[in-house]
Amino acid sequence: MDNQGLKASSDIWVFAEQKNKRLAGVVYELLAPGRRLSDKLGGSLASVLIGYDVSDLAEELLACGVDVVYKVDAPPLAHYNSWLYPRILEKLVKENPPNSLLIGATYAGMSLAPALAARLGVGCSAHCVNLDVDDHGNLLQYVPGFGGSLMAIIISPYSRPQIATIKQGVFTKTESKPGIKKGMIREVAFEFTGPIPVKVLEIKQEKHAGMPLEKAKVVVAGGAGVGSKEGWAKIEELAALMGGAVGATRPAVDEGWAKESQMIGQSGKTVRPELYIGVGISGDIQHTVGIQDAQKIVAINNNPKAPIFKMADYGIVGDYKEIVPLLIEAIAQEKN
Amino acid sequence: MKPLHIIVCVKPVPDFRSPVEFDQKTKTVKRGNVATVINPLDKNALEAALQLKESFGGKVTALSMAPPFAESVLREVLAFGADEAFLLSDPAFAGSDTLATAYVLAQGVKKIRDFDLVITGAASTDGNTAQVGPQVAEHLGLPHASFVTQVKRHSEHSLELTLKTEEGTILAEIDLPALITVSREINEPRTLGLFGIAAAAAKPLHILGSSDLEVDPERVGEKGSPTRIADIREVSFARKSELHEGTPEAISLLVKKFREWGVI
Ligand SMILES: Cc1cc2nc3c(=O)[nH]c(=O)nc-3n(C[C@H](O)[C@H](O)[C@H](O)COP(=O)(O)OP(=O)(O)OC[C@H]3O[C@@H](n4cnc5c(N)ncnc54)[C@H](O)[C@@H]3O)c2cc1C
Ligand SMILES: Cc1cc2nc3c(=O)[nH]c(=O)nc-3n(C[C@H](O)[C@H](O)[C@H](O)COP(=O)(O)OP(=O)(O)OC[C@H]3O[C@@H](n4cnc5c(N)ncnc54)[C@H](O)[C@@H]3O)c2cc1C
Repeated sequence: MDNQGLKASSDIWVFAEQKNKRLAGVVYELLAPGRRLSDKLGGSLASVLIGYDVSDLAEELLACGVDVVYKVDAPPLAHYNSWLYPRILEKLVKENPPNSLLIGATYAGMSLAPALAARLGVGCSAHCVNLDVDDHGNLLQYVPGFGGSLMAIIISPYSRPQIATIKQGVFTKTESKPGIKKGMIREVAFEFTGPIPVKVLEIKQEKHAGMPLEKAKVVVAGGAGVGSKEGWAKIEELAALMGGAVGATRPAVDEGWAKESQMIGQSGKTVRPELYIGVGISGDIQHTVGIQDAQKIVAINNNPKAPIFKMADYGIVGDYKEIVPLLIEAIAQEKN
Repeated sequence: MKPLHIIVCVKPVPDFRSPVEFDQKTKTVKRGNVATVINPLDKNALEAALQLKESFGGKVTALSMAPPFAESVLREVLAFGADEAFLLSDPAFAGSDTLATAYVLAQGVKKIRDFDLVITGAASTDGNTAQVGPQVAEHLGLPHASFVTQVKRHSEHSLELTLKTEEGTILAEIDLPALITVSREINEPRTLGLFGIAAAAAKPLHILGSSDLEVDPERVGEKGSPTRIADIREVSFARKSELHEGTPEAISLLVKKFREWGVI
């Protein structure tokens, strides 16, 4: 592929996803890496805000230290629209091409990023867990892959802008400081004619039952080694006793022991509990990227060579069917 | 209502239950003896298509870009109930990233023609980018909706969809022709019946290469792929780990640590 695409500046753009007039959490997470990369490139940090009646959010982004906020504000843009948003971003990008565009790997982001990349004919990486730039202005996009403990670094050397979606929960949120604002807001008019073939009819919020995995102080996670539904009940019992939430690896979800929303890792959630206990989990990177920031890691596995032991603070080698009941008993005793 | 012609994109993937090995030299996945299966979510995509056909009549066509050995996977798709299958296979397609893959699939869709709906899985179990569906839509100029958990016919020319979000769901309407990507929640795929397997042998399965499709050679394979794997690195999250045999002493010690760490 020849050096196609657009002549790009050294700026980094962060897509400021908003819902119901609030910025998505991942937007705050992308501002720090966005700043670090734009400083390294010698450019500025801009943010694209698309919505309706979102002036407060533009101010909020400035208070988080963003240099420029591109704001497109119109009634049809109130909610993410998979037809309009990629078209608006395409227009903005073509007028003022940034080096890279960072988009959170939310449901909306996973629709927007690839659609935009296809419209522009540029590369797009998925679910990055880290970012950097090299001397040529290439965005180094870290994606865990291929099993084991391997991390792939993806680049798009011949096309600009570079587009990456970033997993939620991997970067620390930037806090807004209402005094610091030095950036500016650029209003961009919404010009669109023609039919809009996708319409949002209704938004339904759902209350999630149980402790949310991301907020739990203790996470007890089970893997393929748990082996059965009955075994899974022991995992749930241990979690309940410790006031924690239950997490899972992909095989455990595929077996139907746990729900998809309980999956931790590359294609699941990132957790940072005070304590993570992994039971019958081998420690594949696609799972462990989701637990690396746990304060303490305990692993229970019958194979002393299981990779998870290397990243554990405390490991117990043995059959969980014997160890977990003993542990439950010991904790119950200790609590009395 | 008018019958629907639905195209389902099916990706043959290595059975993830067999370990995936990576070749450091060529920077590719060693496929070797790993079994090839239908990407799990594509079974949901196929099921959604079959149910729509059962309700409204029409036709289900399966489309895949893969090496020739994937023919068996498409036979299986026909056995599940698809009416016809197209396998896009050409050495020139090797090394395609999501942009190039979506381009080839879009050219396949154009070749099949006269469709109302394209359905893909939300994500594959190997590349797992969730990008191919929206990109096929853009290459074809179609509207798309991703992570669909429910699909209903809304009118002659539109569907009513339920989409997953972080907070709950969205109810949306999409005009046909369109592309949707489906999540696991959408349905429970049917199991393979003996009758289907027998019927599959007689159904049309076409293998098409570059020359059968209108593809720009600059836009396929490695040449047409803007992304590159620059490096593969071993990463270590190693901690100072202490390892114990599963004795009662080790368990009491752990409970003591829990106290120390303030988690009980
Ligand atoms: C693109 C991609 C994305 C992925 N995303 C994710 C993701 O987000 N999250 C995720 O978890 N996985 C993900 N995976 C799958 C991942 O690669 C691994 O396959 C998975 O994490 C392994 O799960 P596991 O540790 O439960 O199973 P296994 O690797 O099978 O390990 C089971 C472990 O249990 C131990 N064991 C067996 N019996 C017992 C017993 N009686 N007592 C104690 N221990 C026992 C075994 O020694 C073994 O170590 C992804 C894969 C791909 C290709
Ligand atoms: C670990 C890993 C990471 C990768 N990261 C990137 C990346 O960041 N950027 C990038 O551009 N490429 C990346 N690739 C390459 C990419 O996976 C391939 O281009 C692949 O052909 C398509 O992407 P996918 O498997 O991610 O599909 P997804 O987008 O996850 O698949 C969604 C759906 O699209 C349909 N589909 C996908 N491929 C086909 C096919 N060949 N035939 C028929 N239907 C299909 C299926 O319905 C499937 O359910 C990566 C590959 C690997 C192994």
